[in-house]
Amino acid sequence: MKDTPLSNCERDFLLNAIGEKRRLDGRQTYDYRNIKISFGTDYGCCFVDLGKTKVMAQVSCELITPKENRPNDGIMFFNIELSPMASPAFETGRQSELLVKLNRQLERCLRNSKCIDVESLCVVSGEKVWQIRVDVHLLNHDGNLMDAASIAAIAALSHCRRPDVGILGEDVTVYSPEERDPIPLSIYHMPISVSFAFFQQGTYLLVDPCDREERVMDGLLMIAMNKHREICSIQSSGGIMLLKDQVLRCSKIASVKVSEITELINKALENDKKVRKAGGRCGFAQSMPQERITALKADVSPVEMAGIKENANEIVQRAEAPSQSVPSPVLPAPGTGQVGEGLQTSWGLEEKEEEEEEEEEEEEDVQHVVEEQGRGDVVLISDSDSEEEEVVILNQEALPTKGTLSKQQRAADSKQQRAADSKQQRAADSKQQRAADSKQQRAADSKQQRAADSKQQRAADSKQQRAADSKQQRAADSKPQQKNKKQ
Amino acid sequence: MEVCGSSSPTLREFGCEQNLLSRPDGSSSFIQGDTSVLAAVYGPAEVKVSKEIYDRATMEVVIQPKVGVPSVRERAREQCVRETCEAALLSKLHPRSSFTLVLQVVHDDGSLLSCFLNAACMALMDGGLPMGCLFAGVTCAINGEGQIITDPTAVQEKGSRALMTFAIDSTERRVMMSSTKGSFTVHELQKCIAISQKASEKIFQFYRDSVRRRYSKTL
Repeated sequence: MKDTPLSNCERDFLLNAIGEKRRLDGRQTYDYRNIKISFGTDYGCCFVDLGKTKVMAQVSCELITPKENRPNDGIMFFNIELSPMASPAFETGRQSELLVKLNRQLERCLRNSKCIDVESLCVVSGEKVWQIRVDVHLLNHDGNLMDAASIAAIAALSHCRRPDVGILGEDVTVYSPEERDPIPLSIYHMPISVSFAFFQQGTYLLVDPCDREERVMDGLLMIAMNKHREICSIQSSGGIMLLKDQVLRCSKIASVKVSEITELINKALENDKKVRKAGGRCGFAQSMPQERITALKADVSPVEMAGIKENANEIVQRAEAPSQSVPSPVLPAPGTGQVGEGLQTSWGLEEKEEEEEEEEEEEEDVQHVVEEQGRGDVVLISDSDSEEEEVVILNQEALPTKGTLSKQQRAADSKQQRAADSKQQRAADSKQQRAADSKQQRAADSKQQRAADSKQQRAADSKQQRAADSKQQRAADSKPQQKNKKQ
Repeated sequence: MEVCGSSSPTLREFGCEQNLLSRPDGSSSFIQGDTSVLAAVYGPAEVKVSKEIYDRATMEVVIQPKVGVPSVRERAREQCVRETCEAALLSKLHPRSSFTLVLQVVHDDGSLLSCFLNAACMALMDGGLPMGCLFAGVTCAINGEGQIITDPTAVQEKGSRALMTFAIDSTERRVMMSSTKGSFTVHELQKCIAISQKASEKIFQFYRDSVRRRYSKTL
């Protein structure tokens, strides 16, 4: 989402007002907005309200291996999050110019000024050091994000306690806050950034610009300073040329502002310490204003339990019984395995089973042939599934005509087809025993039907007819037998 | 089957402040015990062409963790919240526009997802977005002894066998979203839903009180 642009008349109005030494919110040139510093429930969490600008900082610690060139130094890591909460123009996960600028300035202000004793963060030289990570979340953007972020970060660092560690030989033990009191970081000084906005090519200067003032300013000067009046970093942006005495004047103003803010942070830290010592509840939840019309609080409230058991019972009883896992009627194609859906695993079993079945069938066929030979019947059309046997049978028959041969061939083909079908079906049947009955019926029926149709159409010979009849009979007889055997 | 134990489940003290941020169209901070979430909503506003839906508004939810960058866990919760919001919002009234909801974790002491939902609902109300119903989030935990704990703390969550969060709507107390973890029986699930429905009434009453207070002439 794009930010709403500032209209020309708003711009002119703001600049005219600044020219008359007036500000939109009634502040004087060098006035800061109200600063409110509060701490969270856990250590190292700090909220800063600078007027309507709202920032949250959270410090976290982690044991890591140090950098090779600095084996004795702990690592400071600063991360500013431009959450879309602060302004619709901010996007998550995008390295915008503003983000880089703010992050770099915060690093220069807090890391490069060496305000924190990084050597004290070393646990085992070259192996284990503490990494102190500072996450600064911008919650509401109403100008001067840098000052708010720097105040929040340094206050959170001063509030933070890292867990105590014990070293026994090679082992490093990290003690929980219950076992040993956590240790505060050693902080040498508190650098605080103060921003100055310049208008009309440096003619006018304002401290702590709000969002609208930032939009019409020509240049920005950020001075990071500690209460000992030592400048930690200066950055001028916006491409404005500043005179020497302008910078000096700004640094003088900054020193006054910094000492005020440092005092405020110390006071807030002391208050928090007192509350924690007294064992009272502290944190953001407790700092919620009660007198505001937009805020409301409810006390601990029991949930009524009456009728809940009956209600649940009723619903469970009324609900349909969950369907038992029914073997799904999925017919796996030959050569595929199936897992799940309430079926038995058929991975790797399929081919084996089929082979077995084939063997069985062959055995049956042999039996057939033996029977028929025993009976001494003329026709030897058995329910086999291999072409060779069929051919053998043909040879045994008295010289068929060309037409009958082709007919026989066709019959053999269709039989093969059917045999293959029935084999597949049987393979499936062995798995789906419940569905087998009806299928059997159908298989037998359809086979009869098909056999009868094809034969009857072409049957001219009564012998053939008889052969077909007897075969039908046999097919109908033998199929269910086979099935029964399998069952 | 063990019914919830002798101690009746309770909701921790909860509170809410609305309209505490100046930039967003609606904002709220919701506190349940020590768990605290800050929510902000922008919308209806312009939408990126790639995300535009021709007959309704696009809902976007962003969850910012307190430390580090958003991970898969945040993404999963974003989806839970987004689907609940989409069900409650009358997004057909704002075609080709966007609603953006940003949730910032302030402190996590258990029942975070339900706190997200409550904060989201309060922020949507503050933003004056058209909604078919309100929603409330309730988290239930079933501990080792089979007792049901509503609104558990982080310690109780850790010691629980199952954890369930439901979003309940205000009109018919129906379940709009459920997110569960761990194993439980059908009976326990129904019981948790029934408890959540009861608990949601407290929250809806709180919503009502808070709106009444906000539009009253005296405190």
